[in-house]
Amino acid sequence: MPDVTKTAAPADEAVDTPSVVAAAAPQQEKARSLWGDAWHDLRRNPYFIVSSVLIFFLLLIAALPGLFTSASPTAGDLVHHYVGKPELGKIGSEGWLGYDIQGRSVYARLIHGTRASIIVGVAVTAIVTVVGSIMGMISGYFGGVIDAVLSRITDIFFGIPFLLGAMVVLQSFTDRTILVVVFALAFLGWTQITRVMRGAVITVKQADYVQAAKALGAGTTRILFRHILPNAMAPVIVVATIALGGYISAEATLSYLGLGLASPTVSWGVDISAGVQAIRTSQHILLYPSIMVSITVLAFIMLGEAVRNALDPKLR
Amino acid sequence: MGRYVARRLLQMIPVFLGTTFLIFFMVYSLPGDPVLGLFGDKGADPATLAAKRHELGLDLPIWQQYWNYMTNIILHFDFGTQIRNGRPVTEVLGDAFPITMQLAALAFAFELTFGIGLGIIAGLKAGRLADNAVLIFTLLIMSIPVFVLGFIIKMVFAFQLGWIEPNVSTEQNWDELIAPAIVLGGLSLAYVARLTRTSMAENLRADYMRTAVAKGLPRRRVIGVHLMRNSMIPVVTFLGTDIGALMGGAVVTEGIFNIKGVGGVIYESITRREGSTLVGLVTILVIVYLVTSLLIDLLYAVLDPRIRYA
Amino acid sequence: MSTIDKTATVPAPRGGDHTGPLLEVRDLHVEFHTRDGVAKAVNGVNYSVNAGETLAVLGESGSGKSVTAQAIMGILDMPPGKIPQGEILFRGQDMLKMSNEERRKIRGRKIAMIFQDALSSLNPVLSVGYQLGEMFRVHQGLSKKDATARAIELMDRVKIPAAKARVSDYPHQFSGGMRQRIMIAMALALEPDLIIADEPTTALDVTVQAQVMDLLAELQQEFNMGLILITHDLGVVADVADKIAVMYAGRIVEQAPVHELYKRPAHPYTRGLLDSIPRLDQKGQELYAIKGLPPNLLKIPSGCAFNPRCPKATDLCHTEVPPLVPVTEQDGTELPGRKSACHFWKETIHG
Repeated sequence: MPDVTKTAAPADEAVDTPSVVAAAAPQQEKARSLWGDAWHDLRRNPYFIVSSVLIFFLLLIAALPGLFTSASPTAGDLVHHYVGKPELGKIGSEGWLGYDIQGRSVYARLIHGTRASIIVGVAVTAIVTVVGSIMGMISGYFGGVIDAVLSRITDIFFGIPFLLGAMVVLQSFTDRTILVVVFALAFLGWTQITRVMRGAVITVKQADYVQAAKALGAGTTRILFRHILPNAMAPVIVVATIALGGYISAEATLSYLGLGLASPTVSWGVDISAGVQAIRTSQHILLYPSIMVSITVLAFIMLGEAVRNALDPKLR
Repeated sequence: MGRYVARRLLQMIPVFLGTTFLIFFMVYSLPGDPVLGLFGDKGADPATLAAKRHELGLDLPIWQQYWNYMTNIILHFDFGTQIRNGRPVTEVLGDAFPITMQLAALAFAFELTFGIGLGIIAGLKAGRLADNAVLIFTLLIMSIPVFVLGFIIKMVFAFQLGWIEPNVSTEQNWDELIAPAIVLGGLSLAYVARLTRTSMAENLRADYMRTAVAKGLPRRRVIGVHLMRNSMIPVVTFLGTDIGALMGGAVVTEGIFNIKGVGGVIYESITRREGSTLVGLVTILVIVYLVTSLLIDLLYAVLDPRIRYA
Repeated sequence: MSTIDKTATVPAPRGGDHTGPLLEVRDLHVEFHTRDGVAKAVNGVNYSVNAGETLAVLGESGSGKSVTAQAIMGILDMPPGKIPQGEILFRGQDMLKMSNEERRKIRGRKIAMIFQDALSSLNPVLSVGYQLGEMFRVHQGLSKKDATARAIELMDRVKIPAAKARVSDYPHQFSGGMRQRIMIAMALALEPDLIIADEPTTALDVTVQAQVMDLLAELQQEFNMGLILITHDLGVVADVADKIAVMYAGRIVEQAPVHELYKRPAHPYTRGLLDSIPRLDQKGQELYAIKGLPPNLLKIPSGCAFNPRCPKATDLCHTEVPPLVPVTEQDGTELPGRKSACHFWKETIHG
């Protein structure tokens, strides 16, 4: 053992010096927040760029279908009835993707059907995010009996297979409008967000800054909305974005089963269920709306994945 | 541990009752009348209908119907009879479950091996070509609706290549179920792969991984023992809850490949309003779900010693 | 490669015949390629350790002390890490030129490492017995049963009470001090020639710190091991180290035998560190603190990296990088083992 030099402070007195020595992290030119950092990452992520462009176009089509086709999605001319072979090459012409059973332009129906799918996806996501977040926040923040009761209620709704439950709900409506489909999907869909939010809130609740806010006497609402919610939102946003794609896919699947949207609504789902009837003779009636659904779902899932990667630095 | 299991079992009771009542309520509050449907277009006089309803107990208040139904299940293992043809529901389900379980088992094996396999490849090569290839593959699988995937596989392998029969025979051959199992398990496979990848990429940066390398362990041991044990915990949770979901989610797949299983029963009983069949089926699925999630929680103790059961 | 050296070209004999230092780091550079640019974490570090000797590497976080250690261990994350230049000679052989398999065989067996945070550094889902026994199973091919017996011996050796009963416990079931003892046991398992301890006591309670440090020093003497002790705690250093290397912004700014450094620092940064230790005889006075923040490794200041924080900085310090030069007495007598990288080391040491 080297002998202890007398000029040096005794060991037990010196142990606290690192606070002076090693306090500060390397300087940063600009302060970065989680969201600022995420945005920095997102702008360079090819998945994010591709998915945003796709979503932008889908939203544009949904909002202004007239920009993309002048043909009517509902008026059919039976002259074209069942024309199975699309006239490829004449992109943009009314019949370039062929015609359906009633002689309506498949392309026009795709364009006009976008709105229904987007509305279903966005509306269901909005509802389940609000309901699920509130339930999850209350459950996670208050804990105890409230948590036990809410968690059991969540379990109850979670226990029913999603598609099966939606089928039962939809079966009870003869007039299946967009509103009905949204209700059926949201009825069982909120549990996912609730669970995610509950977990996130429980994690955030233990963070020092929340404890500090409590110690400073901040009220419950303030703590919940100013401190917990912004920090617990990240996983919810990711799950909700991916789920949005899932709801669009679910609507299409229900339509395929004959339990989704029904005419006169123009939607991909309606065309899909019509396409199933004609699967033997002309596959294109089923094919094109299925492709549109897949692309839309892909866009939202990709967006969700990109956001997840950006928000979670551990994954890099 | 014993106390924990007891508490979990107690918690399962309200969930079981709640879920079954919810589905019961949903089914029996459906507009439309199964009894009326029984007589077809000709209809019947109101007295006959009322008598039939009374016979089936459909004139009682809903909670009482539920009570009768559940006590019959629990005390006599009697799931009721189908209204249309008077077959006992147990018999209907007994016919439907074996093939669906077979299908679900195959789909499960498929998602387990390929999902974890792809996830490991992606996780170990995080950020590189293989990772991106797996990412794109899983994103595509996740975004194609099941019925589309089913039709694509049926079109290509049955009609174009002729490798498989378009419809599954009633003989329940394993090889005939391969294509349907791929369709059924495809989505879960993608989830398992993503989850494995995420979990591995996260744990790769853990301090204990650095320690394992510093100990001079060979790479396969560092990955195989130290990384895998930690990374599989979230994957196991997902796999556990997925067993029940596979069985309940086979409606579309079974329809496409013409498999006479649970999916078909679900579809028929919803469209024909066979309440007792549907509720009986959901009851079984809920039990499967509850039991598997309990087993998963207990398996956790083996995988992660940090979790305490109090 | 700038350094050409005889020992690197002529393969040195393995084992004890090698006469030079046990470990020698020569002109080591490490950089990290991040999305914001290249962070130069280590910029030409030289140091050496002999058998039975303790070298303390002192510095703030971000000074490159841990990165150097990780480079020696071969556990740098590459990418983003990169070693563009330098040599790490273990018994005269450059480890950077070895194959992965050769390096793996050195890790744990010849050079072992103790990490700062034992809780996160031990695998949470494997029992401590398994993790200790793994060393014997992998490196010596022992059976599971024998390995467990050796693990119990090791735990006894680092004074963990009731070792036999606790061998199948998991890391989270131990206290912080006990966990750090397990880390030490793991490093000692194969009686390596060199141990690198990266802030081994920082995460521990003050009362436990001394115990763990004493244990480490005692075992080091027993096995005549070389020890590189990385720390930012001057108190720990004073007790156990033979010589000290002070690092700043990826370079060694001062090197000295331990008591010399405390008596007469030859670099303003070292002086600042010493002055910021609270002392009983100066009770009531305001505590000294080095002004400013550690440098951003993406943009290391030109000239002497310490110049923005140095009370004695002149124009020369902004333009010229001071080399690490030998320090002498005022009359020119050599001070063995002393070096400083300050343009004004004379003023600092003798002023």
